[in-house]
Amino acid sequence: MQVLIDNWGSILRAFLETLELAGLSAVVCLIVGSLLAVMRVSPIPPLRLFGSGYVTIVRNTPLVLVFILVVHGLPELGLKGSFFTRAVIALSVYTAAFVCEVLRSGMLTIPAGQAEAARALGMTFGQNLRLVIMPQAVRAVLPPLTSVMIALLKNTAIAEAFGVAEATGKMDDLVRDHADAILPIFIAFAAGYMIITLGLSRIVAWYERRAAAS
Amino acid sequence: MTSVLYDPPGPRGRRRILLGTVLASLVLLAGAGWVVKRLADQGQFEPVLWEPFKDPDIQHTIALGAVGTLKAAGLAIVCSMVVGAVLAVGRLSAHRPVRLVCTVVVEVSRSIPLLLLMLALFLAYPQQLGSFGALVLGLTIYNGSVLAEVFRAGIQALPKGQSEAAFALGLRKNQVMRLILLPQAIRSMLPALISQCVVTLKDTALGYVILYPELLSKGKSIYITYFNIIPTAIVIGAIYITTNILISKLAEYLQRRSEHRQKNQLGKPTLMPLDPLASVEAAASGTVT
Amino acid sequence: MLMRTRILAAVGVGLALLATASACGSSKPKTGTPSYAATQASFAAGSTMEKLHNAGKINIGVKFDQPGIGMKNPATDKPEGFDIEIAKVVAAALGLKPEQINFQEAVSKNREPFLQNGTVDLVIASYSITDTRKKVVGFAGPYYQTGQQLMVRKDDSSIKGPDDLSGKKVCSVTGSTPLANIQNKYKSAIAVPFATYTECVQQLTNGSVDAVTTDGAILLGYAAAQPTKLKVVGEPFSKEKYGIGVKLEDTAFRNFINDVLQKAIDNGDWKKAYEATLGKSGNAAPQPPTLERY
Repeated sequence: MQVLIDNWGSILRAFLETLELAGLSAVVCLIVGSLLAVMRVSPIPPLRLFGSGYVTIVRNTPLVLVFILVVHGLPELGLKGSFFTRAVIALSVYTAAFVCEVLRSGMLTIPAGQAEAARALGMTFGQNLRLVIMPQAVRAVLPPLTSVMIALLKNTAIAEAFGVAEATGKMDDLVRDHADAILPIFIAFAAGYMIITLGLSRIVAWYERRAAAS
Repeated sequence: MTSVLYDPPGPRGRRRILLGTVLASLVLLAGAGWVVKRLADQGQFEPVLWEPFKDPDIQHTIALGAVGTLKAAGLAIVCSMVVGAVLAVGRLSAHRPVRLVCTVVVEVSRSIPLLLLMLALFLAYPQQLGSFGALVLGLTIYNGSVLAEVFRAGIQALPKGQSEAAFALGLRKNQVMRLILLPQAIRSMLPALISQCVVTLKDTALGYVILYPELLSKGKSIYITYFNIIPTAIVIGAIYITTNILISKLAEYLQRRSEHRQKNQLGKPTLMPLDPLASVEAAASGTVT
Repeated sequence: MLMRTRILAAVGVGLALLATASACGSSKPKTGTPSYAATQASFAAGSTMEKLHNAGKINIGVKFDQPGIGMKNPATDKPEGFDIEIAKVVAAALGLKPEQINFQEAVSKNREPFLQNGTVDLVIASYSITDTRKKVVGFAGPYYQTGQQLMVRKDDSSIKGPDDLSGKKVCSVTGSTPLANIQNKYKSAIAVPFATYTECVQQLTNGSVDAVTTDGAILLGYAAAQPTKLKVVGEPFSKEKYGIGVKLEDTAFRNFINDVLQKAIDNGDWKKAYEATLGKSGNAAPQPPTLERY
């Protein structure tokens, strides 16, 4: 227990790093994922091909491998950034595939009548997508999208093996120096993650209830 | 191709699509070309980096890694199915303490990173577990909890008439669960179960971090010797992707066949129609690792 | 059905893979490793040495992932390195040929349990002698003295020792003691954790980190593999003595091994072993360590 109290500050900082990593990756992968979803439903064949190829490849690759390719591969392409940046890229590249699939499924659940009505009103493909389909799709996909975001948060743990000083890495360090206190240390870190993930689920659930009421 | 978003294009639409196709192709090809050129400049395509893979001994090493992955994944899948079924039934139990314990286990396991769990197990019991034990135990606990939720959703999605009829026939609660509800739930949740298998297979790659000799770790021993991290990652990645795609195709095939069968037996499908969001949610909520 | 053929094909490929995995095991001719004279000395009755000599084989725990010290060559499927050479020296003194050694991978956490439960007879795996460990296993040696050092790019002259690390990125393995030393004692340096030393070296050569730190012996192994790009700098700033681990109660075996090590130091075998492995880094053989018998 003493260990936890002594290292209070650095543990908090490690979790902060985790949140930063997750937050930034979430923003990027939502953007990229939406782009991919649009590509997959667009009428232009090469874009469709690229979209589905991207999703298939990424969804079937372990995240650790994606990290290896990004963290060691980007410098070979001449792109050097901090390890944090590379972790964000790796996490975003990976999670964007899942975001894309969730959004695409959401679009599929929207009754065809909606889009047809929009077209009948004279909207273009772009307007149709932006004003009619996407908003409804987003509301429908909020639960699975939350799951994907929570999974993203949990996946930040992998960055500990690739140069980022986040929470799981901190646990590794503390246990190494205080092997006898491993149980309290583990419980503390598990609790930390749980607070974040369960808190996130609660917030989204509350928002959903509010949105449903409207 | 979804036609919900646009009517079949007329002549002007077709021209615009053609233009878009040409532009998109150019952009994509240019991007790919740039990547290839940069890699080539850094010497990533030099034959010396790729030659090791033609060596049958290296292929042997890779095969050993694949076997290691399959061993860990296989054991983990079997164990997590058992654990998942137990936890699911526990969560639906009439006894409050049982319900509470199972709920806590499931919720905790699903809220923390799998790597955290595995690391803790590995560091706490290095002798008893070793890296194999820590990997399999971690996977079992985690996937067991995910499967518990899948089973629970499956059971709760069954028409109430099933359990009511079973009770009317005089079956006890335990028998109802075991003989009637669980088997049907498993059948209807088969796609989600198989996609969890793919996820479990991918998660064995975490063995890389805790030093279990699975596929990725064997790749490590290769790139340590030949300093070819990128080519090794590409080759190993290809193996993972191919295997997982095959398993997913198997899942789709089984799903199509069981839908067919249901249709033929009763004239109309008794399975819940495959709700795209539900299956995606099941897959996404499992783990994205 | 197309699906069925595809599934059968996949199963076929899988079986083929499994078959190759179990069936193959060729070995390539090894070039350039020294050989050590096998002695036919007689051993005290009932001693471990006699048992091993009569059994015609010995189990030794080594590292499989540390270049220059103990690394499994994926092409030959046999381990190589300084630890392996020392293992061959000891085996030769028992009248055993290198082929009669059964090398097992001993990751850091397995070393004590493997000795205690008899999985291996010896552990030669960059095994540092510490008082805590002496309570559970016996140590012969040390056979190599090293300490934490730094490895930098060959053309980098700004870092000559740990005091030049301010603001620089230093890489080591997650949860390792060298990384802890940087985090605790050289706080102005930026500690970068990775899963393997090789990844650290990769990030060093591509410029993302400025130094890699761990036991000098391990660093020499990497420098030996890429002598034009890497160099080991500075004096060791911690002390690590590599010893040969034996079962705690087996004092006779421990003394025997110490005798073997002393002979190897005196007759040049120790130097031969160094030059065939770590010596390829360009760093000349250091003074052999003084054995610590107890």
